[in-house]
Amino acid sequence: MKNTDSNRWRTIDVVIASVIAVAFGVIFWAWNTVWSVTESAFAFFPPAQTLLYGVWLMPAVLGGLIIRKPGASIYTELVAAIISALLGNAWGATVIPQGLLQGLGAELAFAALRYRSFRLPAALLAGALTGLSAAIFDFFAWNSETALWSYRIPYALLTVVSGAVLAGLGSWALVRALAPTGVLDRFGAGRDRALI
Amino acid sequence: MTLVFEPVADPSAPLARRNPVAKLGAALLFSLPLVSTVDPLTPAIALLVELVLLPFFGVRYRVLARRAAPLLLAAVGVLVTMVLFAADRSGELLFSAGPFEVTTGVLATATGLILRIFAVALPGIIVFATTDPTDLADALVQNAKAPARFALGALAAFRLLPLLAQEWHALTLARRARGVDAGRNPVAKVRLFASTAFALLVGALRRGVRLSVAMDARGFDSGVPRTYARRQHFTGADTALLACAGVASAAILAVTVALGVFRPIVG
Amino acid sequence: MSEVQLRGFGWRHAGRRAWAVRELDLHIRHGERVLLLGPSGAGKSTLLAALAGLLPEDSGESEGTIEIDGISPLKAFRSSGFPRRPEDQASAAAQFQVGIVFQDPQTQLVMARSGDDVAFGCENRGVPAGEIWPRVSDALDRVGFPYPITRSTSALSGGEAQRLALAGVLALRPGLLLLDEPTANLDPSGAELIREAVARATGPETTLIIVEHRVAEALTLVDRVVVLEPGGGVRADGAPEMIFAAYGDKLADEGVWVPGFSTPPVKATTKADPDLVRAEHVTVPGRLAPVSIAAGAGEVVAVTGPNGAGKSTLALLLGGLLAPASGRIEAFGDRQPPHRWRAATLTQRIGSVFQNPEHQFVTSRVADELALGPRRVGRSPDEVRRIVDDLLDRLRLTKLAAANPYTLSGGEARRLSVATALATAPRLLVLDEPTFGQDRRTWRELVDLLAGLRAEGHGIVAVTHDDAFVRTLADRVVPLGAAEPAPLPRRLLP
Ligand SMILES: Nc1ncnc2c1ncn2[C@@H]1O[C@H](COP(=O)(O)OP(=O)(O)OP(=O)(O)O)[C@@H](O)[C@H]1O
Ligand SMILES: Nc1ncnc2c1ncn2[C@@H]1O[C@H](COP(=O)(O)OP(=O)(O)OP(=O)(O)O)[C@@H](O)[C@H]1O
Ligand SMILES: [Mg+2]
Ligand SMILES: [Mg+2]
Repeated sequence: MKNTDSNRWRTIDVVIASVIAVAFGVIFWAWNTVWSVTESAFAFFPPAQTLLYGVWLMPAVLGGLIIRKPGASIYTELVAAIISALLGNAWGATVIPQGLLQGLGAELAFAALRYRSFRLPAALLAGALTGLSAAIFDFFAWNSETALWSYRIPYALLTVVSGAVLAGLGSWALVRALAPTGVLDRFGAGRDRALI
Repeated sequence: MTLVFEPVADPSAPLARRNPVAKLGAALLFSLPLVSTVDPLTPAIALLVELVLLPFFGVRYRVLARRAAPLLLAAVGVLVTMVLFAADRSGELLFSAGPFEVTTGVLATATGLILRIFAVALPGIIVFATTDPTDLADALVQNAKAPARFALGALAAFRLLPLLAQEWHALTLARRARGVDAGRNPVAKVRLFASTAFALLVGALRRGVRLSVAMDARGFDSGVPRTYARRQHFTGADTALLACAGVASAAILAVTVALGVFRPIVG
Repeated sequence: MSEVQLRGFGWRHAGRRAWAVRELDLHIRHGERVLLLGPSGAGKSTLLAALAGLLPEDSGESEGTIEIDGISPLKAFRSSGFPRRPEDQASAAAQFQVGIVFQDPQTQLVMARSGDDVAFGCENRGVPAGEIWPRVSDALDRVGFPYPITRSTSALSGGEAQRLALAGVLALRPGLLLLDEPTANLDPSGAELIREAVARATGPETTLIIVEHRVAEALTLVDRVVVLEPGGGVRADGAPEMIFAAYGDKLADEGVWVPGFSTPPVKATTKADPDLVRAEHVTVPGRLAPVSIAAGAGEVVAVTGPNGAGKSTLALLLGGLLAPASGRIEAFGDRQPPHRWRAATLTQRIGSVFQNPEHQFVTSRVADELALGPRRVGRSPDEVRRIVDDLLDRLRLTKLAAANPYTLSGGEARRLSVATALATAPRLLVLDEPTFGQDRRTWRELVDLLAGLRAEGHGIVAVTHDDAFVRTLADRVVPLGAAEPAPLPRRLLP
């Protein structure tokens, strides 16, 4: 069987990326509440809360790992952000440019590997980079009034860690779990199973 | 809390009727510049403008309050964070909580940030509350020149949302019918929840695969130039809305700069 | 306006060793109306998908050629080879208008509103904007779609969704119309309506290929019958009367529902014992009007009625999966109603089979799916293996033991879902449409299995549109009326 090396998106690529985005749009919608509720719980050390942050970054990495085409990370994260705005969230339309930026992080990682490698290291790199782009956005947009060394810097670093672990490792594990179910059969990520 | 799929506003209100792209653009044009400053005055003026405009979008204050409820939680979070980690602790000392000194400066900054959250979020909430997803996709394609394949693909996937809710129900039933339940054991409950959620994701992807086949079957990716059954028009009024949004936020920022309260986030 | 030519065509799904169809030579002339027959799993749905250009290279392996008006359907849809000049495009677009309605209607609705969904295909094919809405309302009228065009597509019952899917295809005025069991989920009057709509919508200009297990009903629509051989190739081909006169007996033996071959009834030999389950005046607002029903050990009760009457809802109630809004259900002498039982207790007493087989699957292998129940009730590994092997064999699923349940054909998936309930063999079985999509042989096997259980003293409640099933097996029939929004009784029963 030929590998789909063409960069043109098939209908199935568009739809599956969108479905991932929709599923995560809903998860975001629920996660926003978790985030807000735990905000007080993490009051002893709020930067630690960013460990939850990675969930918001998952579509970027997951989209990239499954679709394996240029633009997958950006598209998936952007649509997820739009859906979460459609369902109603606490940040309004600003999540849209934010989603774009976060998607860009993961996209750069996959592009740097020339859309060839989608193993664990690639996933971790993509997770870390999308975490970095998220951290930069928050560093300026939302955290500018907090203390630099006790909050802004740890927060940014933890966002990157959260991106690498939750979004990177998490997405990679999710793809591994999805492959045996057969839903990824038409993607590179789901090939090479035993014949029946 | 329940998911709302449909617009919750009166669709015939003068501003709700505007082109979805214009509304979305206006929301971004209006709210993004507000992010650039952390003084309390800028978001206060912006909020005032937003609340005054609300009726023109056909959104009732009650509905807005419900949709904006999560903002309150976010506000509490900002307050706690600022008390503990504010960089600037100038001003008069009000009280100290352990090692943390709460000063007027801290409270002023916290107020500014909280107002800013509200001011930045509301335009988006209003716009999305008054916009039908189908119209948004149509407008993105027809007026914003977004690629049709991507916009419609996302729209088709969005249609799966209510189906996924039904699917969740069906999955729960199936597990019960097959003798799988968690009883009162919380660990088993979490595991059952996780396995059901995973099954839902798998089901969603499987539906996605079939949906893409169905779309291809009806010539979705055939390369024929698409026509549009539902026309979205971008009129003078829409341009005006965009312009007004830009001018309004610029004006607000100009006022605060002139008054000398402008506090940029960088520098 | 379409002529179909297959030469040595074959297709093997990715992940499978066996070919779904193979060595198929077939020529269908312009304007012909063909009924495609064959046992469940013979590759009928696969063939239709191939004709519609929906088997992309990355989902399997193909051999031979397939041409519609001399062009491969797969190529015809790809933009690369598409003509650039507008006038060529128009003619090409007209040429390649293949319309297909799949076995499962809910998966082929694309848009959120019904009208938009019908318009979707027209937009894709570049139908001028002004022409689209008249076409949409015309198509909706023809299939008898009862709602306004703004009706949400996720709020339709199975039958309604099937109508809408057909309308979406008719609006394209296809030259080649492919229908895969278009009436499988419909009540008799709804099925009649669809057949009329197809007959009206297909002039002499339309080539029609229709897959339908119940031959008698489809015969009015066709002038040629093609029977697929499961291993590959064509088993029989020709005018209906000719085929059934020449091969009738053999085909009936091999599983084709040849008209005129009736099925002898298998009636209960013993009298029904006291009730296993008894429901009194149960309702679910908006879904089920008050109804009372009881089923005893050693009897088969059939629940019939039009689409939307609430049959599936009743099945969920009896299966302990849904709580009635009013009325009460008593089963197995338990003081608690079934919906309050623990899942383990429930599965030991009542087995449920859902209308949509896929809603039932919880594992990723056919064999695991069957073993799950027996294992949970504590059977020994040897016993489990024996039960699983026996069911696989009787229901002709042995070759698919390791397959993923979601890749099965429509009929295979149905059999597997019924088999999961038979594997544990609880005293009471509640089956929702247990026989749809079955060929004559697998149908017979299912009926015999159920008759065997009845003889052993199991009680069976079967929701069904299948007349033959009712005539053959049912001891009693409980007809449900058309759904009316159920007014809640003011005073609940004690
Ligand atoms: N997506 C798939 N992946 C793998 N195998 C498949 C897939 N779809 C169908 N098959 C297999 O291909 C064979 C033919 O399936 P097909 O759906 O064409 O049968 P069918 O003649 O339509 O049967 P039925 O009457 O039961 O619907 C079956 O053995 C089925 O298990
Ligand atoms: N989950 C649900 N929520 C709300 N309404 C529902 C739900 N499921 C079904 N309905 C509605 O309840 C009515 C009865 O549905 P049900 O599925 O029980 O009908 P049925 O008799 O099984 O029909 P069919 O023959 O088409 O399977 C229908 O009008 C349907 O639209
Ligand atoms: Mg089939
Ligand atoms: Mg039903």
